[in-house]
Amino acid sequence: MGKLGLIIKREYLAKVRNKSFIIMTFLSPILIVGMIVLIVYLAKINDSEKRIISVLNESEFLSKEFEPTESMSYVLFKDLTLQEAKDSTVSLGYYGLLYLPKGIDLENVARSSYLFTKDNPNTSVTQRIESVFQKQLLQKRLGKLGVSSEQFSDIEAQFEINLAAFSGEKSIKGINEIKAFIGGGFGYAIMMFIIIYGGFVMRSVIEEKTSRIIEVIISSVKPFQLMLGKIIGTSLAGITQFTIWILSASLLLFLIAFFFGIDFGAMDSNASMPPGPIGGVAQFSNSLDSDTMLYANEILNIPWMLLISSFLVYFVLGYLIYSSIYAAIGAAVDNETDTQQFIFPIILPLMLGIYVGFFSVFSNPNGPIAVGFSLFPLTSPIVMLMRLPGGIGEGGVPLWQLLLSIGLLIATFLGIVSLAAKIYRVGILMYGKRPTYKELFKWLRY
Amino acid sequence: MDNILVAKNVSKSYGDYTALSNISLEIPKNCIYGLLGPNGAGKTTFIRIINQITYLDKGEVLFNGEPLATEHISHIGYLPEERGLYKSMKVGEQALYLAQLKGLSKQDAKKRLRFWFDRLNIGDWWNKKIQELSKGMAQKIQFIVTVLHEPKLLIFDEPFSGFDPINANIIKDEILQLRDKGTSIIFSTHRMESVEELCEYMALIHKSEKILDGKLSEIKKEYKNNIFKIGLEIEQNGDTLLKQLEEKFHILSSSFDIQEKQLDFTVQLPSNNTRDVLLEISKQANVNRFEETIPSANDIFIQTVNNKEDNG
Repeated sequence: MGKLGLIIKREYLAKVRNKSFIIMTFLSPILIVGMIVLIVYLAKINDSEKRIISVLNESEFLSKEFEPTESMSYVLFKDLTLQEAKDSTVSLGYYGLLYLPKGIDLENVARSSYLFTKDNPNTSVTQRIESVFQKQLLQKRLGKLGVSSEQFSDIEAQFEINLAAFSGEKSIKGINEIKAFIGGGFGYAIMMFIIIYGGFVMRSVIEEKTSRIIEVIISSVKPFQLMLGKIIGTSLAGITQFTIWILSASLLLFLIAFFFGIDFGAMDSNASMPPGPIGGVAQFSNSLDSDTMLYANEILNIPWMLLISSFLVYFVLGYLIYSSIYAAIGAAVDNETDTQQFIFPIILPLMLGIYVGFFSVFSNPNGPIAVGFSLFPLTSPIVMLMRLPGGIGEGGVPLWQLLLSIGLLIATFLGIVSLAAKIYRVGILMYGKRPTYKELFKWLRY
Repeated sequence: MDNILVAKNVSKSYGDYTALSNISLEIPKNCIYGLLGPNGAGKTTFIRIINQITYLDKGEVLFNGEPLATEHISHIGYLPEERGLYKSMKVGEQALYLAQLKGLSKQDAKKRLRFWFDRLNIGDWWNKKIQELSKGMAQKIQFIVTVLHEPKLLIFDEPFSGFDPINANIIKDEILQLRDKGTSIIFSTHRMESVEELCEYMALIHKSEKILDGKLSEIKKEYKNNIFKIGLEIEQNGDTLLKQLEEKFHILSSSFDIQEKQLDFTVQLPSNNTRDVLLEISKQANVNRFEETIPSANDIFIQTVNNKEDNG
């Protein structure tokens, strides 16, 4: 094994064996899944009350139409006055009383029917009851126009086809958002990865400095080798952690869904979760298995190969650029509290990438701001990935922009890494004082 | 080929600050070479250049006759002044890692580590974490890691700082044994007195410049100043005798013990001719001590620096 290999192995093992790292690795999926389950559970509790409606039907209509559903059931009252019915509904603790007065005409009965409840009734309750009336009224009105009951069921069936077409259109609109979210999710993952593991690289450099082992090591290997080994080793540990997170979170979600029968599809309607790396993935897989074929087709139409291969390119280059800056910062200071002044300027372009991305790319993926930020090397790993699900060429990202963006990124990578390596080489042997930007600039000439 | 390391006109500056200016040194094989100078003189910079941690601006360094290159790293062992270990790593694991970085194979490193751990009686530390060890214990491990790959040149920067006297002696004996086995050793320190018992050669570095170098015994000969310590057994009053002597010789200091009847004094002679003074005092009393004072490295250092500043 070469020296670089040895360093990578040590950095990887040092990170992976770290207690807080292990705890974070196994606790996070549980926390995240727990949170998702809690949200679903709370959403369900909010609307899971089984409502019992007592029905006092003095008319001859609608005697069989009130069928119990999952969340509603009916109790038929007979031979009671309205007041008696009200009293018994209250004393039995039912949700409400539906009263249909005597009458020979359905229209009249419907118009003078009442739903008595304690508080303002839930809209889903009123909707359900209204729909029962509406269907009967519709059939009745159409019957007057000479539509038979078979024809009515035909009409009903046709109406459902219309509905399907309409919902299909709607789901295509949803797909565009999902596409943007997938790109954004990749970009967001890159940002999170840089901030978390860049910070690890930095702390690891500071640790070597404060424990004074650094000079022993760089008398055996080149500082650049050490820096590179540290960055690679830490990122491998990071990839391990990310993989464990994604696998165990999916497995846990699956198990919970299986054993407790929680319908995560129900989340889709209120899935306005912040797009975290896990959240994004969870959302994406939910959409896949809970929606129509059309939906799946659209997702398959995303240029996955392009997206994933670009993700890898942008991930590797972007991460190397930023983590070498983090390593240089770690080398320049003596302890973590001194890092603040240097970290803010690093996080700034990352945040800018995310927010500019969400505000400009979603509305116009080929607007000047979106194009500019997807070319600028410090934001391109995030912003370009948001644009890419639209494909390359016609309607998507022009090929020259992608190539220019990667080219600029590579040039920046070479420049930044060599500058960072210089600061690193000088900084690791400097103790005692907090450097200023001016001094860092001087170190570049040593 | 008698020199393990030759430096020719080596200069290094950091921005406006000159760390080394025009240093030329020859470090012979198979000896202990003392690199002396106060803190901040440039010793560490010079050592870092040998270890290729820092690059020189001007000049040339030859290792074993060849221009210094990357492959020489595995022939050099370096114990820096600022030394430490990974706190959360286990002792054995860490020693293995550092040994492998020096180019040893895992099996080789393990075998040699076992040998050294037994030799320094720390065999049962293998699975301990560094943070459980005391500073002195950690220093032993650093020493082992430095010498483990059997380098041709060993560089110790302030090796005894942090050691208690017992362990410092153990390490000193190990260093001497390594020299006897043929290793060349550079020993850098600002504590001049520790040089005299170990080093055969030395160089003085002051304010980035070399002000003196050579064989310690020759330097001392050169810096002898003809001061002698003399002890006399006397019968009569010491004061009268002292007065007589003061008329003929330049007495620097004196002390008289009435009970022991002993007169001690130091005298500065004009040359290394000791016959006149011996003749004179042996007429007066029994001589029980006659000793030439040899300047300590510290004296030499101060004297050289003062001379330098007077001339400059």
